[in-house]
Amino acid sequence: MAEEEKTISQAPTGWQRGSDAAFRGLCHAFAWLSVLLIFFIVFKIAIAAAPAVRQYGLGFLTTRTWDPNKSQFGILPEIWGTMYTSLLALGIGAAFGVAAAVFLSEGYLGWFVFSILKFFHVEFHTFWGKLPERVEQALKNLIELLAAIPSVVYGLWGLFVIIPLIRPACNWLHLKAGWFPLFGTDLSGPGVLPAVLVLSIMILPTITAISRDALVAVPPKLRMAAYGLGATPWETILAVILPTAARGIVGGILLAFGRALGETMALAMLVGNSNIISISLFSPANTLAALLANNFPEAQHKEVGLLMYAALILLGITLVVNMIGAIILQRASVRFEGGK
Amino acid sequence: MATHDATASSLTSRGPGEPELNPLAGVDFAELEKSLRRPRTLINVLLSWLVAGMTLVALIPLFSVIWMLLWRGGRKLSLALFTQLPPAALEQGGGFGNAIVGTLIVVALAALISMPLGILSAVFMAQAPEGNRLASVVRFSAKVLTGFPSILAGVFAYGAVVLTTGGYSAIAGAVALSILMLPTIMLTAEDAIRMVPGKMKEAAIGMGATRTQTVLMVLLPTASPGILTGIMLAIARGAGETAPLLFTSLFSNYWPISGHHLNLMQPTASLAVLIYNFAGMPFQNQVEMAWAAALVLVIMVLVTNLIGQSLSGRQVQS
Repeated sequence: MAEEEKTISQAPTGWQRGSDAAFRGLCHAFAWLSVLLIFFIVFKIAIAAAPAVRQYGLGFLTTRTWDPNKSQFGILPEIWGTMYTSLLALGIGAAFGVAAAVFLSEGYLGWFVFSILKFFHVEFHTFWGKLPERVEQALKNLIELLAAIPSVVYGLWGLFVIIPLIRPACNWLHLKAGWFPLFGTDLSGPGVLPAVLVLSIMILPTITAISRDALVAVPPKLRMAAYGLGATPWETILAVILPTAARGIVGGILLAFGRALGETMALAMLVGNSNIISISLFSPANTLAALLANNFPEAQHKEVGLLMYAALILLGITLVVNMIGAIILQRASVRFEGGK
Repeated sequence: MATHDATASSLTSRGPGEPELNPLAGVDFAELEKSLRRPRTLINVLLSWLVAGMTLVALIPLFSVIWMLLWRGGRKLSLALFTQLPPAALEQGGGFGNAIVGTLIVVALAALISMPLGILSAVFMAQAPEGNRLASVVRFSAKVLTGFPSILAGVFAYGAVVLTTGGYSAIAGAVALSILMLPTIMLTAEDAIRMVPGKMKEAAIGMGATRTQTVLMVLLPTASPGILTGIMLAIARGAGETAPLLFTSLFSNYWPISGHHLNLMQPTASLAVLIYNFAGMPFQNQVEMAWAAALVLVIMVLVTNLIGQSLSGRQVQS
């Protein structure tokens, strides 16, 4: 910093002091700014929604029609559709996501590759010996790749692959078991089931990544103790590892739930966008996010306020779910720090 | 295995005063053998296979998506796609050159907005003393923002930019995307700055550098691979987002220029919105173009992701 020949260092000059204080102030201000951003977003949406909230009140949440011509607006079908699709997708996504997390954290694939190598007596070879680790890493990357694909591409895929694929089976189910409420209607194209399937694929990487981190963070001595008591590997997983990692897994599932609630494109393309409340898996439905995506681009001034109201409801639901998820995850990581 | 267990127990089971017994007496060695006929072992093996099967099933969609993209999008790929404008209904040919340019413009603008905010907040978080209230609040709000629904970012930008400036524009789209990119940049940059060896920071301070000099000349350059990873991941996420652009930058069938100048205040096309619009059309040409656009978009996103991940390995760590 100092180029004089006699001293290699010097006290900061006035300008350096000033710029230092300014830079620190700037960092501080930007940190505040990023917190205030959330409040500004909520504030902005709430202000825009205020006239509609005053005019329609809580009735907006409990009525079923959305008809700009008759000036009747209600989002009950959207709230139902959002919850129904998200919960179903969460069920499927959580089952497969946690299974994949266990598969990854237990190193089954690595063990499998290792035993193949052992068969050929090359398990400690300089090149082949690294293969189990590499294959495990590749599998982990593949599952993360699922998260990198844009949701609109999943929507396109669902539209042209999933719907034609499941439609015959769905209609057969409706024909044979139509009395069962879940199969109460036929699948005429877009509907709840294709949306749920695609949604569960989209939230799976979140669940797997967070659950895997939680499973890997379980102190190894717990596993060793269970093995020492004579438990089989799966008795250990079910009775020791999963309960210990439960908090992290639940946090991950909640975050995935938040993501499912707010997911827009795949649902707007696959759910059918009709204001129907039905328990049938094959019936078209609508969600809050899809309502916003479909109606905003050509909304009239008055409708904008109502859409802002719907956005406010969606914001409230997702913020609460995400906050609970983030808090649970934070506590989970604190708890493990002492356990190692 | 069985004999090993038995010798281990012989060392421990002999209490004081107890008569000396043969510890191996009464041990049924057949009982200790691993056998699939025992329910415990069987369940163990079955569950292992179940988990392996479920992981495989979870990966099928990935391969199906990639296969469909290559098959349906790949055969349509041609140079004209990158240079021409989108076709009208029933028109043949055409391309999505303006959508590629539009995506690049909107994402670049969004990165310009979110980078300073994200990196400087990250510097604050990483430099704040342990237990600093504001730092943990900032971190928490960044984590909450990671799960922020993308459509709501669009709603916010609509209210804050579109209604204020009176029209759909690339700027509005960039504001919406920057909100979604911010938390990724913040959290990865904080991690990267924290991973800089403490020695380097102490050495800089010991040389008499001010904190600003330490941050700008030591911490940020050393952490730059990690920070760039975060930026790349954020850009990859932003490029794929559709919902926030639907009613902020809208769509356009023309190049984002008016006269001979780049115009950021007019509706701008983007690949993601093009896919959404064309996927719902009943025309063969448009649907095929949606697939080709999806292939181009996925390649852009994956390449950005890969660049980001390859950078993350280069950081100096303590």
